[in-house]
Amino acid sequence: MSSSTSLLGRPLGTLRRLGGGPLTRVGVLVLAVFVLAALFAPWLAPQDPTYGELGEGFAGPGPDHWLGTDGGGHDTFSALVEGTRTSLVGPLAVVLFSTVAGIAVGLFTAWRGGWVDTVVGRVLDIVFAFPALLLAILAVALFGKGLSAPVLAMAVAYLPYTARLVRSLTAQEKVRPYIAAYRVQGHAAAFVALRRLLPGIVPTVLAQSTVNFGYALLDLAALSFLGLGVQPPTPDWGAMINQGQTAVLQGQPLSAIVPAVAVVLVVVAFNVVGEHLGDRLAGRES
Amino acid sequence: MPLLEYEALHVALPGMARPILDGVSLSVAEGEAVALVGESGSGKSVTARAALGLFPDGAETGGQVRVDGAELVGADAATLRAVRTSKASMIFQDPRAGINPVRRIGDFLTEQLRLVGGRSRAEAEARALELLGAVGLPDPPRHLRQYPHQMSGGMLQRVMIAGALTAEPRLLLCDEPTTALDVTTQAEIMSTLRRLQRDDGLGLLLITHDLDLAAATCDRIYVMYAGRIVETGTAAGLLAAPRHPYTAGLLGSSPPLDGPLTRLVPVPGTPMSLAESAPGCAFADRCRFVRPGLCDQAPPALAPVGTGLVACHRAEELTALGGPATAPDPATPALAATPALAAPATEENR
Amino acid sequence: MHREMHRGMTAAAALGAARSAAGRLLGMAVTLLVTSFLVFSSLYLAPGDPAGFLVKGRSPSPQELATIRQQYGFDDPFPVRYWHWLEGVLHGDFGRSYLFHQSVAEVLASRLPATLLLVGVSTLMIAVVGIGAGIVGALRRGTRTGSAVLLLVTVGAAVPSFVAAIVLRSLFGVNLGWFPTIGNGTGVLDRLHHVVLPAIALSVTFMALVTRVTRSAMLDELRREHVEVALSRGLPRRTVIRRHVLCNALGPIVTVGGLLVSGMLVSTAIVETAFGMSGIGSLLVQCVDQLDFQVVQAIVLLVVAAFVVVNTLVDLVHPLIDPRVGTAGGAR
Repeated sequence: MSSSTSLLGRPLGTLRRLGGGPLTRVGVLVLAVFVLAALFAPWLAPQDPTYGELGEGFAGPGPDHWLGTDGGGHDTFSALVEGTRTSLVGPLAVVLFSTVAGIAVGLFTAWRGGWVDTVVGRVLDIVFAFPALLLAILAVALFGKGLSAPVLAMAVAYLPYTARLVRSLTAQEKVRPYIAAYRVQGHAAAFVALRRLLPGIVPTVLAQSTVNFGYALLDLAALSFLGLGVQPPTPDWGAMINQGQTAVLQGQPLSAIVPAVAVVLVVVAFNVVGEHLGDRLAGRES
Repeated sequence: MPLLEYEALHVALPGMARPILDGVSLSVAEGEAVALVGESGSGKSVTARAALGLFPDGAETGGQVRVDGAELVGADAATLRAVRTSKASMIFQDPRAGINPVRRIGDFLTEQLRLVGGRSRAEAEARALELLGAVGLPDPPRHLRQYPHQMSGGMLQRVMIAGALTAEPRLLLCDEPTTALDVTTQAEIMSTLRRLQRDDGLGLLLITHDLDLAAATCDRIYVMYAGRIVETGTAAGLLAAPRHPYTAGLLGSSPPLDGPLTRLVPVPGTPMSLAESAPGCAFADRCRFVRPGLCDQAPPALAPVGTGLVACHRAEELTALGGPATAPDPATPALAATPALAAPATEENR
Repeated sequence: MHREMHRGMTAAAALGAARSAAGRLLGMAVTLLVTSFLVFSSLYLAPGDPAGFLVKGRSPSPQELATIRQQYGFDDPFPVRYWHWLEGVLHGDFGRSYLFHQSVAEVLASRLPATLLLVGVSTLMIAVVGIGAGIVGALRRGTRTGSAVLLLVTVGAAVPSFVAAIVLRSLFGVNLGWFPTIGNGTGVLDRLHHVVLPAIALSVTFMALVTRVTRSAMLDELRREHVEVALSRGLPRRTVIRRHVLCNALGPIVTVGGLLVSGMLVSTAIVETAFGMSGIGSLLVQCVDQLDFQVVQAIVLLVVAAFVVVNTLVDLVHPLIDPRVGTAGGAR
């Protein structure tokens, strides 16, 4: 790669090496844009989204307000950009926690097998019966509105998905000859499980976690939409949609549609990229 | 007029290096048993399916296939249905895959009569019971109510045969009917098939990779390689004196049904895939008798040699040497000098 | 002799089926019991005194608090409390709502019909449109129509009900004025008129999922040899698709349908809130918002119980759709 293209060439080249169709590339780009928006939100947002300009309510898109304003004169584009942070951080926490805990639970139960496996499997089945949003709502009922309690509750709700996947992958791998070979050489079980077996299954788990990220984002946005999650004036997409509802009835849907489109875009992008990763792994293994 | 007749049938998938079938001509008369022999991938199954107007998805077709005078290449749905429901039917290789696992045996046996034959359920069931008895199943009323997973492979293949006979076809197509079964069941199924074919005077086209089975069951044999017929003749003639090196190879690769067990000599190499093509004889790469400058120029045409037809550039020559089965191996100089008779192939010159 | 063997085998198969059904029902009972225990004990996760938590946001007199403590047996040992609560729940007694000054059961009963209508209409839409689109997507694979189905599936699966609600209200409610944008309606026709948009909003995601499953299950079946066999016997293509492709694909479709139940029930909270409907879902949100924990607890329990029961039913029905399931011990 020549040095003149290295600035932009490197990320683009990486993108190309990821493979996949144009859809996958668009998905990666969408995610990159939103992640950058989240990282640099204070510098990107042209105005303070919590500052409402009286007399500027329901302004259409224009040079002053790129995506218009809501009924209270708040700049929709600024709120969207600032809202990226809360909207992405919550699902990130959910996925991080559920992935790490899910790997631990799945690896341990599959490795141990026997009654531990059976009992934990039954417990996971029961947790599976609690949809994530319901657990999040219950958490709000118990601990009050906000993000932290629902995020923790949802991490628990998402845990069975990862744990089941890791469990079945581990059970498949465990009986392969290479694992037996390591054991025969006298390596400790924990070493073999963590250093030799785990790296092989992590990519598959990450593909699943990528898809989960999208769903967690949906669930948390729904919670904020219900007024139980992120509370105004903290900017958040779900909360923006919630507040835009009355405007919709007044024939001014823009301030609700903008965050709604953002939610859908990000979730589609996560699904596309996650499925692509999954396909690639499946293709490589077969 | 033959019951089943192929004329220069051509089937090709776009993007493949060679056609699946390249000018296949073949015929089966009323009451005649004919075998089509070849390795997997030779195109024999595609040939058999063509007799029901079933072609691979997206395939380009040319030539003609006639069943009882009805043309099937490019035929409309009504013609196809008429042939499939009253003239020809097929027995597939694996009855476990070929019979819907979630429906009862009775449903499999009666659906054709009820849904396209216009018979009542009672009539169709009576016919099904009769057929289950005819194919040698012990307790027809019970089998009608069973699901496929409750029967053994051999029993299920009998069900498949009964299913093929429901509409009283004139032509029976059998695609490796015993390959998926264990050895003891294979002989029983073959004798059942043979009995039914003789009793009803059906035309039979048996698709198999087993030349000995073909010779034991059928009157005439076609040998197929890479989508072409390479040799045809009477079963007895072909078995006694194979003219094509490939046929000879097939004979050498299976144990004789009677007589002393000699050492088996497999045909070396692998069959040609659809992604490969050859300008000359498709078998040249695997042939002991290949002669550069002759065999790689143009594909050989079927020509009369002895009592049958053979597609080999060196057929006459090899016949003069005693046939490809016994002709000396040209790769061994000492033997090449000997004009006739030769030792069996040895480990080294394979 | 064969006949006797046969009788023996069917008896064994029937016994096996009955045993596996009994096992499933027992498993369901255990799951429900554990679930109820979890939901019950969740109250004690709340910070502070449980009696105080139950009346949080209101200012009860010390006497009232004492009544509550006594009523809920907060002075009894934990297992006894759970037992009393469970006994009540099994008799339909979920406690009292402080918000509505009614028994929780009465509050739920008054809201249930609206939610059942919403869920019923949605289920119908999901089944008809989802399975229909899945069939089209499978049969028209590789064509424009097939690609359109795939695209709709990808987008539809990512459109959450609150986004669908905004778009539908804005377009068909406000701009076109075809449907009401708020409330439950009165009378049969008016209720149906009111439920159309909410039902669509609730269905979109699940339709996409059902379409995807139907499509891939159909494609799996279309590739099977028994389909070719059926065609080779002169059965019309439509008949083959109905009898040998769709029927065989029902297993995965029903299984996934069962798994969607919980998500759908929770989403009623979103849709009912978005459309200002009065039902169990909006009740849940209202009671979380206004700290009426008894009602919240009851709804959570009902949603999870509904999921467990429906999926047990799916398990029980599955052998009827696919006889290979659950009769593995049968004759071979």
